[in-house]
Amino acid sequence: MDLNYSPEEQAFKLEVREFLRTNYPKDIQEKVAKGVALKKSDYVTWQKILYKKGWVAPSWPEQYGGTGWSPVQKYIFEEECAAANCLRLVSFGLVMIGPVLLAFGTEEQKQKYLPDILKSDVWWAQGYSEPNAGSDLASLQTRAENKGDHYLLNGTKTWTTHGHYADMIFVLARTSQEDRKQKGISFLLVDMKDPGVSVEPIITVDGMHVVNQVFFDEIKVPIENIVGKEGEGWTIAKYLLQHERTNIAQVPRSKKQIERLKALAEKEQCNGKPLLKDTNFRRKIAEVEVELMALEMTNLRVLSKLSAGEPPGSASSLLKVKGTEVQQAITALLMEAVAYYGFPYDKNVMLDGWEEDPIGPEEAIFLAPHYFDWRKTSIYGGSNEIQKNIMAKAVLGV
Amino acid sequence: MNLEFSEEMNMLQDMLNKFLHNEYSFEQRQKLSRQGIGYSEENWQQFAEMGLLGVPFDEQYGGFGFGQTGLIVVMEAIGKGLIVEPYLASVVLAGQLIQQVGSEDQKHALLEPLIGGELKLAFAYAERQSRYNLADVVCKAEKKGNQFCITGSKSVVFNAETADKIIVSVRTSGESISQAGISLFIVDKGSKGLSTRDYETVDGLRASEVHFDDVMVDESSLIGELGNAYEAIQTVIDSASAAICAEGVGVITQLREKTVEYLKTRKQFGQPLSRFQVLQHRCVDMFMHEEQMRSLAYLAAIKVTGDDASELTKSVSSAKVYLADARTIVAEQAAQLHGGIGVTDELDVSHYVKRLTMLNTLFGDRDFHLQRLCSL
Repeated sequence: MDLNYSPEEQAFKLEVREFLRTNYPKDIQEKVAKGVALKKSDYVTWQKILYKKGWVAPSWPEQYGGTGWSPVQKYIFEEECAAANCLRLVSFGLVMIGPVLLAFGTEEQKQKYLPDILKSDVWWAQGYSEPNAGSDLASLQTRAENKGDHYLLNGTKTWTTHGHYADMIFVLARTSQEDRKQKGISFLLVDMKDPGVSVEPIITVDGMHVVNQVFFDEIKVPIENIVGKEGEGWTIAKYLLQHERTNIAQVPRSKKQIERLKALAEKEQCNGKPLLKDTNFRRKIAEVEVELMALEMTNLRVLSKLSAGEPPGSASSLLKVKGTEVQQAITALLMEAVAYYGFPYDKNVMLDGWEEDPIGPEEAIFLAPHYFDWRKTSIYGGSNEIQKNIMAKAVLGV
Repeated sequence: MNLEFSEEMNMLQDMLNKFLHNEYSFEQRQKLSRQGIGYSEENWQQFAEMGLLGVPFDEQYGGFGFGQTGLIVVMEAIGKGLIVEPYLASVVLAGQLIQQVGSEDQKHALLEPLIGGELKLAFAYAERQSRYNLADVVCKAEKKGNQFCITGSKSVVFNAETADKIIVSVRTSGESISQAGISLFIVDKGSKGLSTRDYETVDGLRASEVHFDDVMVDESSLIGELGNAYEAIQTVIDSASAAICAEGVGVITQLREKTVEYLKTRKQFGQPLSRFQVLQHRCVDMFMHEEQMRSLAYLAAIKVTGDDASELTKSVSSAKVYLADARTIVAEQAAQLHGGIGVTDELDVSHYVKRLTMLNTLFGDRDFHLQRLCSL
């Protein structure tokens, strides 16, 4: 066992750091550091810079624009990005539909869609959850009838992140009624510009508009827009849940957030001393750091296995549950650090940052909304209860 | 021993429940919270007519003399309905300060119109550096002839925007963080040199940063003794802490009921979510916390009126620690068990979650009150 990066990995780390230092736009960096809402143009700008460098899709095969990095290199890249307060690229194209097309798509589909995903010229959204199909995703009711040259699509999807920005959406739809609800589901690619698509905003607890409900009314989806075979949708959805999730724990981001928490607690006062010197507060930070340390090592062990060519198994479930618990604990401590200054709220500041003098500590206004918003992480992507069911079944065999 | 409410308290509770049911839907609350002054002046006048504004005050000033027990009944309803009117700021904090240490003249001049709904007050006690320490007062008042000159800033003053007068804690002598040398003045909102920066709070209320730039006040504006206000401030904050624990009981009850109801109606995997044991147990945890919280809120209310200072501190801080724990056991679980819909702005659940969470911050968080218990 050796925790140290090899000389090559160390050199790579420095190369990434230097690239980020000279190429990552300062205005975006500042927004991420403070917690200001990001705009579509911020995502596009940064993705195009990474695209030019050839670093936009670490998980793709090299021939399609991937980097050819080892799992450890990918982790180093994530670490450096988090340390530099990089925005996280939108995952629906690069981490979700891209790998699905690579694994299940036709050569035509790959040629048609992959280049625009890399360049961020086409934005994708995810059409999985429905109002009555959340944790029980397989009970989804959106229908797609095979009409020969097209599928006739009707139904609704919800919690669609960036649905109001998206050009395309990948949709799980029922193409036939079978004996098991997991059967008869297909994976379709749908043009969001179709007049039959409508998007209703959903405002979340922090007052922001990120997610939506999407409605499909009599949409003709060309027959060639199916990925894989008819009825293979569930297999594809499951593939996505098990692959490409090595960064699901978000350890590098949490480490950065702990740093931010300490810096904030150093500035805030408690009985005339820095809050960071307060034993009670310091102890709570230490408790989160213990959990985070364990999580980082667990994450590295998973990476090490992946590097050796072993499958990830249900490790992603463990990483998701523990990762979100750590993230949520940090958001709570950040909020607690500013005491009464967790109260002020201003939607315009959330969107654009302060234009006048801040009320209290500059970043305070973002912290309570962020804590509330981050509750979503134990709900989405397969709720933590579902992840525990998976581990109970797959790992413990109960 | 009798731990039941009196007939009068039961009537008060019935009246409040009727008001919430008939006139304070969640939709109306949201509308009020998001426009104009953030609450309804008509409701405030109705509170005056219902006698709510006189609940804790002595009968000789026009109050009902229901004391802290009356406050828990009102505050539990405020929690249940997520009421946005400035009851805590005007009645519980500022009004009770006047009742406690004001002169006879001040009590008549201020409490009577307050109870009648013609006068609204706010209490400015927190500062940028103070965190929850009520003695960490830097904002100062210096004697100049027959007057005092107030200079400095106060933080997160609830409902200062619509208050007619603001009671402010200032340092008149002594070192910062010293309990000695703190005084209270009541200042007209329109005073020269007084300015506010008003804002919404994350839980749908209103607060302000209040700045005093050489604000001159007469000696008659002093409330209580010069330099000796700390104890009165601590007492009123303890009373208010016990009161928001009762508010918390109202919020927790709503979250528990709403979550159980949701689990009974929401079907996944072919059955209601309420059939899953892991979710049942979390609801039971919420229920147990609700009952224990109610017990501590009532105990604190009893001790606040008693004369044993250390018993008072012990019960209030214990209740406040329990209120803080409601964040993880009730608020976070209510959001989690509702799934995505629990973190939307549209559903009332997220607003109860926000209020319950911010009640942890108000008047000192878990660490602060545990520390206070440890130093007894």
